[in-house]
Amino acid sequence: MATHSNSRRGVIRALGTGGVLAALAPRFAFAQAKPIVIGVIYVGPKDDFGYNQAQAEAAAQIKKLPGVKVVEQEKVPETADVQKTMLAMIRQDKAAMLFPTSFGYFDPHILKLAADHPTVRFAHCGGLWSEGKHPKNVASYFGYIDECQYLNGIVAGHASKTKKIGFVAAKPIPQVLRNINAFALGAKSVDPAITTRVIFTGDWSMPVKEAEATNGLIDQGVDVVTCHVDGPKVVVETAEKRGAFTCGYHASQARLAPKGYLTGAEWNWLTPYTQFVKAAQEGKPLTNFLRGGLKEGFVKMSPYGAAAPEKGRKAADAAKAQMMKGGYVIFKAGMKDNKGNVVVAKDSPQTELELEKMNYLIEGVIGAIPG
Amino acid sequence: MDSSGLGWWGVLLAVVGGAIRVSTPFLFVSLGECITEKSGRINLGLEGILIMGAMSGYGISYLSGSPWLGVLVAGCAGLALGALHGALCGLARVNDIATGIALMIFGTGLAFFLGKPFVQPKAPNLPSIPFGWWSDSPQVAAALQVNVLFILGLALAFGLHWGFSNTSWGLALRTVGDSSDAARALGYPVNRVRLMATAAGGFLAGIGGSFLSLYYPGSWNESLSSGQGLMAVALVIFARWQPLRCFYASLLFGAAGALGPALQSVGITSGYYLFNAAPYVLTLAIMIATCSPHRSLAGAPGELGVTQ
Repeated sequence: MATHSNSRRGVIRALGTGGVLAALAPRFAFAQAKPIVIGVIYVGPKDDFGYNQAQAEAAAQIKKLPGVKVVEQEKVPETADVQKTMLAMIRQDKAAMLFPTSFGYFDPHILKLAADHPTVRFAHCGGLWSEGKHPKNVASYFGYIDECQYLNGIVAGHASKTKKIGFVAAKPIPQVLRNINAFALGAKSVDPAITTRVIFTGDWSMPVKEAEATNGLIDQGVDVVTCHVDGPKVVVETAEKRGAFTCGYHASQARLAPKGYLTGAEWNWLTPYTQFVKAAQEGKPLTNFLRGGLKEGFVKMSPYGAAAPEKGRKAADAAKAQMMKGGYVIFKAGMKDNKGNVVVAKDSPQTELELEKMNYLIEGVIGAIPG
Repeated sequence: MDSSGLGWWGVLLAVVGGAIRVSTPFLFVSLGECITEKSGRINLGLEGILIMGAMSGYGISYLSGSPWLGVLVAGCAGLALGALHGALCGLARVNDIATGIALMIFGTGLAFFLGKPFVQPKAPNLPSIPFGWWSDSPQVAAALQVNVLFILGLALAFGLHWGFSNTSWGLALRTVGDSSDAARALGYPVNRVRLMATAAGGFLAGIGGSFLSLYYPGSWNESLSSGQGLMAVALVIFARWQPLRCFYASLLFGAAGALGPALQSVGITSGYYLFNAAPYVLTLAIMIATCSPHRSLAGAPGELGVTQ
């Protein structure tokens, strides 16, 4: 696990006299008596079969911990609105810790409020916290879900007969690109001739466009479809109707596609949520940078669907066993993007920060980053 | 290009298929708005009615197991909201534009509030008719999967086209819309005709909404509509208040929406934002092309836009 946690002394020194912890310590001493209030903010509805649901499931578990009170708000756009929501949670609900979960909340919204409210802890999903640049009361957590995407790719590669795989993506941000690339690499590990076609819909939830993209891909001969959008329900259902295979994302969509569901990449946010909340209750310093993959229990695979071919299961299980040992490298030295430039200079283990700034599509992906 | 994909033919096919798949909600909402505007009233609340129809249709389909019952209930929900708009606008000194905007916000909010429990469940969807049975190509077969509602909409467009000029209710509707004074002199109940026209428009918009949730994309969530209800209002102007032109315009808007993803599927990404914005650009272009301070549009009902 890549944790850049600061020692208590380090934090105090960094903040000078009367730092955050000095202020926090007495407050959390009463945590047992008075429940700690945790605010969770979602960009969409929390039962979307996807990103928000995965976060909300963890929040629901956190709610059951002793001495914890959870307040939630859904459908908060990535605009100044989220600042108002956070401010309301801090002032009215007296929230001591916030989980603003959407990618676009981080800069500038969380950064601005965190600077104004140094005693409140902010844990953001997916942001890239860096020492010295961002406030100490801000943390970013994320899971190496590209490991699961790589395994998805292996199963998809074995299932595909046309050697063409489709990927419906929302926005070309690093996490999305990393998933596309890991998926394509997994598929290519089965047969280097397999290509992955990508369509960007432009936003996190565009049901009609997602359905059109899925149909367009299948019209082009794609026979396995996967996606990175907030709610994969539409993509999975459309592919099922057309008789294509699907790999799920965020949460399990197996129920939506009994015939074509191969497997899927799922979050397990309970692991980081529990760590953050425990640390806050005990008054321990905030871990500013928290990452983990399959091994650390941040992500998991959907159980194989009936359509998953036997060879694919074996190959994916073998790769998964390697990942569980730790140190598995998906992005290897010398890999090229789909324009022919070498983009991975050296073997990059999952903890490599360069991977979180990804801005290319790997060789074998058909498509381009718009803009 | 290789054997399994269709390359450029695939783009054409996706656009044609997309026109058929995506156009139905436009068609129903615009036909509904066409009836309403023919009576001399404008209903901007159709977006809210569309979303309410999508939610109630999906909910009822899930609870009862019958998607057709869902369509009917969606229509009735639309009818109720349309009648509400009609009744409010019938009062003295009520502005139909402002009421319409209020209705849009109300319908959307109500649908989100009542629709929470239906985001997760999977409701039975409407069936489709495989017009592509003659083709060996699965792509052609899929593009020609036509939903019954699309055919009903087409029949309705023809029916309205004929009905507006050949029936007594069509005459009453047009008279009320063109000159309320003349209609009163002829003994038509102006307010009642408008109330019924607005309610009928709401009914059709509700059905258009149920198509979104029950057929394509075929599930209910809060971002289901991307402004189809509002665009349909522009579309009616573009179609010059003629039902058959509403049908063609709906196909055009559907095809414009399908163009972006279809081009990306063959690897064309330049102009990506423009292609994705195509339906909205089209709306804007139509509005600019058709508006003029000096003349009223040919075919526009005379009472439309008159502050009552």
